[in-house]
Order: sequence, then C-alpha cells, then structure tokens
Amino acid sequence: MRSVVEDLHARYAHALDDDRLEDWPELFTETGKYRVATAENEARGLPLPVLSCDSRAMMRDRVQSLRHANVYEPQRYRHMLSSVLISKLDGERVSSVANFLVIRIMQNGDTSVFASGKYLDRILLAPEPKYEERVVVCDSRRFDTLLAIPL
Amino acid sequence: MRAWPAEGATRVPYWVYQDPEVYEREQQRIWRGRTWSYLCLEAELPEPQSFITTYVGDMPVVVSRDPGGVLRAFENRCAHRGALICMQPRGKAERFACIYHNWTYDHAGNLTNVAFRRGIGGKGGLPPEADPESQAPRKFRVETIGGLVFGSLSEEVPSLEQYIGPVILPRLKRVLTKPLKVLGAYTQVLPSNWKLYMDNTKDSYHASLLHLFFTRFRINRLTQAGGVFVSGDGAHHCAYTGLVEDKGDAYEKDGMRSAGVENKFSLEKPEILRQVDEFGDAVSIQIVSLFPGFVLHQIRNSLAARQVVPRGPDRTDLHWTLFGFADDDAAMTERRLLQSNLVGPAGYISMEDGVATDFVRRGVAAAPDRASVIEMGGSGVATSESRITETAVRGLWQAWRSHMDI
Repeated sequence: MRSVVEDLHARYAHALDDDRLEDWPELFTETGKYRVATAENEARGLPLPVLSCDSRAMMRDRVQSLRHANVYEPQRYRHMLSSVLISKLDGERVSSVANFLVIRIMQNGDTSVFASGKYLDRILLAPEPKYEERVVVCDSRRFDTLLAIPL
Repeated sequence: MRAWPAEGATRVPYWVYQDPEVYEREQQRIWRGRTWSYLCLEAELPEPQSFITTYVGDMPVVVSRDPGGVLRAFENRCAHRGALICMQPRGKAERFACIYHNWTYDHAGNLTNVAFRRGIGGKGGLPPEADPESQAPRKFRVETIGGLVFGSLSEEVPSLEQYIGPVILPRLKRVLTKPLKVLGAYTQVLPSNWKLYMDNTKDSYHASLLHLFFTRFRINRLTQAGGVFVSGDGAHHCAYTGLVEDKGDAYEKDGMRSAGVENKFSLEKPEILRQVDEFGDAVSIQIVSLFPGFVLHQIRNSLAARQVVPRGPDRTDLHWTLFGFADDDAAMTERRLLQSNLVGPAGYISMEDGVATDFVRRGVAAAPDRASVIEMGGSGVATSESRITETAVRGLWQAWRSHMDI
C-alpha cells in the first residue's frame, strides 16, 4: 500500500514539475477536490482557499486558463516530498499526510523556496489510485508575486 | 528633492519608485501625515479586549477594542527601549506587556506600569523626575465606515467621511450594507514599489488588456457599461463594470459560442462566474481605492479589503482579507468561496498585477529620469464615462505630489 501511495505522490510531483499540467487533473477522481489553504486560516477556522477546485472539470478549467488566458513569467517548480504517513480509512480508501517543499525556478535561473507545508489526502485505491481529495496546507500566508502552477 | 517633468500631470518620472529619500519622505508626509489608513475589519475585533497587530507604512500598530468597546490604535513601540509591545497577530488581552522589561500598556496605548519604577528597598528605579511618557507610543485617531476601521496620526486631517468625500463615499457604502464576516486572509508579496500597485489599481485601461481571463470569458470588456469616479482631489477612485444582461446562463453560453479563437476558451464549470445581484444595481465589478493604500473590491460576489503595506522602495505586502456578510446563507458563503478563485495571488484575474508591476520595476531600473506617459483620456483628473482613460492614475499623482510637496 505504501508503494502505491508514494507512487501516486511521485507521479503528481513529476506531472507538475515537468510542465505536464494536463496530466494533473487525471490524478484525481472525476469529483475529486483540490484546495490550497494556509495554516493560519485553518487554525482560525476560516474557510478561505487560496485556490480551490471542486472537480476534475474545474481543474481542467484552471489548466486551460493558465495555458491560454493568464499571463505570468515562465517558471518551473521542483517538488520535494517526505515523511509520508498512511492510514487505512476503509476497504477502498486510505488517508495520507506528507510534507512538501516547492522550489521555484524562474526563467533566468533565480531559485527560491516558494512554498512549504503538508498534503492532506484521501485516496481511492481501485481501480487505480486517485486522489478523492488533496488539501495543500501552506505553512505561510505569504505568496511571492503569484501562485499560477498548482502546488 | 528632484523636479517633476515639465509636462506635469501626464508624466510620472521613474525615480518616484526608486529613490530611498522619496520613500522616507512618504513615510513622514503620507503614511504618518494627513491621511487615513485602513487598519482592519471591525469583525476582527469582535469583543472588548480583542486586538490585532498591523502596519501603517513602516510603523507597527496595535488595534484594539478597549474594555468599554471603543476602538483604539497605537504605535507598537515601547516607550522604554522601543521594542514591540505586542508580538501576536491577534488575540485577546487584559493589558499589553512589553516582553523586554515588562512595561505595560492599556488598550489605548497608555503606559500604565513601569516595572520596579521606584526600585526595591529604596534602591534603583527611575528618579522621580523621569518622564518615560515623553517617548510613549503614538496614538491614532480611529474611525470606521461600514465595518472598516481606519486610523490617522494627523490632528488636522478632516473626518474619515470628509476625507473620502461625496463622490467616492456612496460607492464604498454601496458594498458595506451589513455587518461583515471574515472568510480568511492571505498576503501577496509584490517585488515592487507600493505606488506601482496603487496606480495599477487605478488604471481602468489595463484591466481587460492585461487580465485576459476577463476578456476571454467576457467578464469585463471595455465595450461593457462602466465608468470611473475620481474624488475632487484625485486621491480616491472607483471604477465599475455593469453586469451583462444575463438571462439564465445566456452569458456563459454566448462566451462559449463566440466566434474565432475564443471557441477554445470555454469553462467546463461556469458556476465560478455566476453572480447573484446582491446589491440590486447590476454592477458586476467595482474597485474602490482610497489614498494612500486601501482597495475594496466587489468582483461578482467576491468581496475583499486589500491593504497595501510598503516594505522598502522595492517591496510591498498586499494583505487580502476576504469577507461576506454575517447573515449570508450557506449558498452565498459557498459562492463567495468559489469566486475567491478569481482573486488573490492565485486569482484568475488578480495574479497578473504582481507581474505587471514587477515588469515596470525591472524595465525602469536604468531610467530614473525618464517618465511614464499617462495621457489616456487627456491630461485632466475627473470622473469619466469611459474606462479607456488614465484619469484616476493622474489623480493619484496629483494627490501624491500635493502631500509630498513635489
């Protein structure tokens, strides 16, 4: 089970880091949820996301907007994942907690720590493992310039 | 101080964004001068003894509700050695004690106790003639409008409502109709001068050109009804766009069926754009800015206060606080949260403002004595029915020059 979950996390990270944004929604179930939150809002019990998608369709909308509408300086991410904990929820699902670090590389080579935090996931295992929900809890409330590519 | 270009209102020299002396003068004459600055929402100070900490320009500030319920604000600087009096971003406290030497303050920022003021056993302590109060934290005048809390260090600036003036005040009150409820907050760090963000906000000409999401999905096109209001002194502005006649989802369908290249840009989930006309005036977007650093937005059903905090000539913190009304039902809260995808650092229509202002900073690095051309709509500062104008930008600089005496 651990290898299945870690493999899903790795495929998620590589899809984003390799600029295969179109593959990103495919790692979720059709009604999968994605939400970027901040630790501060979570601690205050405030519901505001930095960005959220309530379905794969909404994730595709975001990718389409990033590709064709939004204007931002070319940049890449490098995701680092660690400390994955997995618990069984029922016969078909597990939950996972993992730390992440996202390094952002601008087109001129400027490299910086862009975000850190944890992924809180609910994963449906069969027929193939997919996220039913991924909540990205960022440690900081601050975002440098903009958050275009999903974390 | 350097001289302004001879062309006057239609030119803004780039040194205004770069010069450390300009930055210092702004701190003194604008942020600590005859202006009102946004501090927080009243909803963030729900009960007596609640407090938050914030900034007005470079100055750290404590905002609190005193035991009698009165809103207070004071400089977050101990009279003794200048340490922060309060470190927490928010909370409740019976009093504020500086951690360094435990000097304590009440909710109005009055120094109420000096540890060992008379020494111990007749030895040590402050001499009787000592006057630490002479270095007390500065106190703000505090006023509110519709749940927004503002502060000023100036005794001379008129009341908040007079400061905002009769042109812009109704545009602000239009949104602030009921008690507010905080939905959450975050900060967008802009690697550029604070005035680049303010003139971006006041630039109604850029919105549909930079923010292609607007144009692609027909949220805001310059062909739509709209206009710009500018206060008499140029300092404050309001730009608005009318809601397109929208029978059911006709607007979205039209967007999807548009000819040519736009066929590619249809939303699978157009719910993100679906607005309830909650103020009953068919306005889809309204952006209000108050000098020096406050913006209130209504973008469809997304409502937010944006607070601009300069952090040096080349850096600005933009604090977003998104809110709804205390009596919103679950569907409205959900709608506001869904539409929060339009705004903030990851917002479909806000993310680019950080980039555009950064591009200006980088572009003008070697051109302090050249100037930007701000001539759309002529050279005047006035309310305009067209948004293809830079009238509100000229207004900002008119007000800025007046405060700065430049």
